[in-house]
Amino acid sequence: MLKPFCSRLLKIRSLASVTAGTIDNQEVQHFEKFLAEWWDEFGPMKPLHSMNKLRVPLIRNGLLNAAAVNSEEMKNPLVLKGISLLDVGCGGGILAEPLVRLGGNVTGIDANSNTIDLAKSHAKINKLEINYIASSIEDHASNHTDSYDAVIASEILEHVSKKEQFLEACIKCLKPQGSLFITTINKTFLANFLGIVMGENILNLLPKGTHQYEKFIQPVKLQRILEDNNCRTELIHGMFYNIFTNTWHWCTDTSVNYALHAIKLKKP
Amino acid sequence: MFLIILKSKSPFAKSIITRTCTKPGRWYSTTGNKHYDIIIAGGGMIGTTLACTLGKNPLLQNKRILLLEAGKEKAWALPDKYTNRVVSINPGTHKLLNSINAWKHIENNRFAIVKRLQVWDAVSDASITFGDQTSPEDVSYIVENDLLIAAVNNELKQLDNVKVQYSAKVTDYHLPEYHESSSSVRLDDGNTYSCELLLGCDGVNSQVRKAMKVNYLTWNYDQMGVVATLNLSELTDSLSSLVWSTTPDHAKELLKMTEDQFVDAVNNAIWKNYGRSLVVDQATKTFDTLLRLMNCPSDTVRQFPPKIAKIEEGSRAAFPLGFGHAVNYIGKGVVLVGDAAHRIHPLAGQGVNLGFGDITCLNRVLGNTVHSGSKLDNLSYLKEYETERQRHNIPTMLAVEGLHRLYNSDFTPLVLLRSLGLQATHALSPLKNAIIHQAAT
Repeated sequence: MLKPFCSRLLKIRSLASVTAGTIDNQEVQHFEKFLAEWWDEFGPMKPLHSMNKLRVPLIRNGLLNAAAVNSEEMKNPLVLKGISLLDVGCGGGILAEPLVRLGGNVTGIDANSNTIDLAKSHAKINKLEINYIASSIEDHASNHTDSYDAVIASEILEHVSKKEQFLEACIKCLKPQGSLFITTINKTFLANFLGIVMGENILNLLPKGTHQYEKFIQPVKLQRILEDNNCRTELIHGMFYNIFTNTWHWCTDTSVNYALHAIKLKKP
Repeated sequence: MFLIILKSKSPFAKSIITRTCTKPGRWYSTTGNKHYDIIIAGGGMIGTTLACTLGKNPLLQNKRILLLEAGKEKAWALPDKYTNRVVSINPGTHKLLNSINAWKHIENNRFAIVKRLQVWDAVSDASITFGDQTSPEDVSYIVENDLLIAAVNNELKQLDNVKVQYSAKVTDYHLPEYHESSSSVRLDDGNTYSCELLLGCDGVNSQVRKAMKVNYLTWNYDQMGVVATLNLSELTDSLSSLVWSTTPDHAKELLKMTEDQFVDAVNNAIWKNYGRSLVVDQATKTFDTLLRLMNCPSDTVRQFPPKIAKIEEGSRAAFPLGFGHAVNYIGKGVVLVGDAAHRIHPLAGQGVNLGFGDITCLNRVLGNTVHSGSKLDNLSYLKEYETERQRHNIPTMLAVEGLHRLYNSDFTPLVLLRSLGLQATHALSPLKNAIIHQAAT
């Protein structure tokens, strides 16, 4: 059986914003049919499951570097104890659950109330306490200003049309000195070719319409928006997905998938 | 016939601290919570060490571990006589035992250091030497099985997160189906325990492996390993541990003999002049001259095998030899470790070290799993264990298998090939170092 094509799948993390805001309603519906398959480690979501091997350590070590986590705690299984994290576009909770297992105080928001229900029931089965809310990031930001030690927008930005508004709202939720973690897809010929042309149209590994090239964003542009919102970019890493082994690797080349860690500066 | 003598260079340390393990095990309610994070099936050398290593991993400190051992809890005291079952511990295993603090108990009792290892061919002059008498690095350590287990048990008893259940006869293993998330183990006393991850350390005839229905490649050598503890004639207190692999019939004979006859048989096997081939003799001599011309280290002064004076009373035993390889070491909610996953000919003393290498690797992988917030049975992490261990174990197993076949023959071209190969390996330091490295980790 052909394994679903890499990164392109990643987009399936659902979206933030039911209401007007930054997300498109057609995108929200697109993901509902995947509900049952969210938690199959080898199902259509497997690249998101295997991506945890990179992004959980990215978040953990990023918070250590940002001094949010004490280095003595690094050998502790509950390394994120006392840290509040917001997972924007949490989907079924693939990323939220491991963060809770590390002791984090996790809030997950998603535009799709069906996925939120699924996430809630899965967390219950696993006896994990996660605060899941069906909400847009804008709505959430309006009453959670300066609330979180970390905000995570993983595999969601490439589904958002109004990126400036979306990121502004994410950053609004962050405490000063808090960390923003983003993983997304670059706007390059290669990303377009692998993700959309090959993945969706030729190999049919992904449903057509999962991704739109116009919504991809270059790292430089992203960095620029973050700077405008008083954030300093700490690092940008390329990510490479091996479709044959279903494993992710860090790489220097950011031309397809990449991850970014930024820190919100104190008010000037 | 193949014969290995591991001769201890330093006489066994005699400082005997009679460390008994009679402290009663902690009492646990059998009716209480029967779910554990990890269940380890099999409390042999590998299972016990694995339980202790995982129990001491700070990243796994919140995990509850159950070790199931079919045997009774034994009060152990260091016997005066050396037991016949010993293992050769390589530097990698030594490091592992050090890291769990078990080595100090072994050190306080007795063990032997192997400084130098020499292998020679019975039907030619070729030989190879590993290690150096003066080098600070030890080739390996010889430790009695029982002492090793007792040393690890000493540490294990101090851990609160590990429960050991003795006399645990398992009647059934249930591995999780696609939709299930836990494995379960049923005991003959009616108790059933469930766990997130089942670790099969139950040896060559692993029941866990059978429950996994994994492909298992195996064959018997039609050989038995005869073990005994020997007294060498040169020094009165110099002891040697013998593993003699031979045909089952011959092994039976060897066990039936009187002790004097057995000593004669060993001496005869070591000193007997086997039919030598002129071609091989000439070729090895020429090759040796060539190596000298090229300034390569050539045949060193050959150390002659020792003469055996007598054997320790009642130290003879025999066990069957075979090869086994599980195609997969992991499955949903289950992992195979040690002999359950792989079994090799004991001729290089590597079998148990492969098992200890598995432990080191699995401990690191499970630590990473927890440190990334994943569940213990996350297959993408367990796959790392399988890949890393198979990449190490399979070449080692094939090399040992190859050596076994090569040295099991008197066919002249083969003798010639192996003799020249042995000389060349001895002469080429990089090749020799690569072998030492593979065997040490």
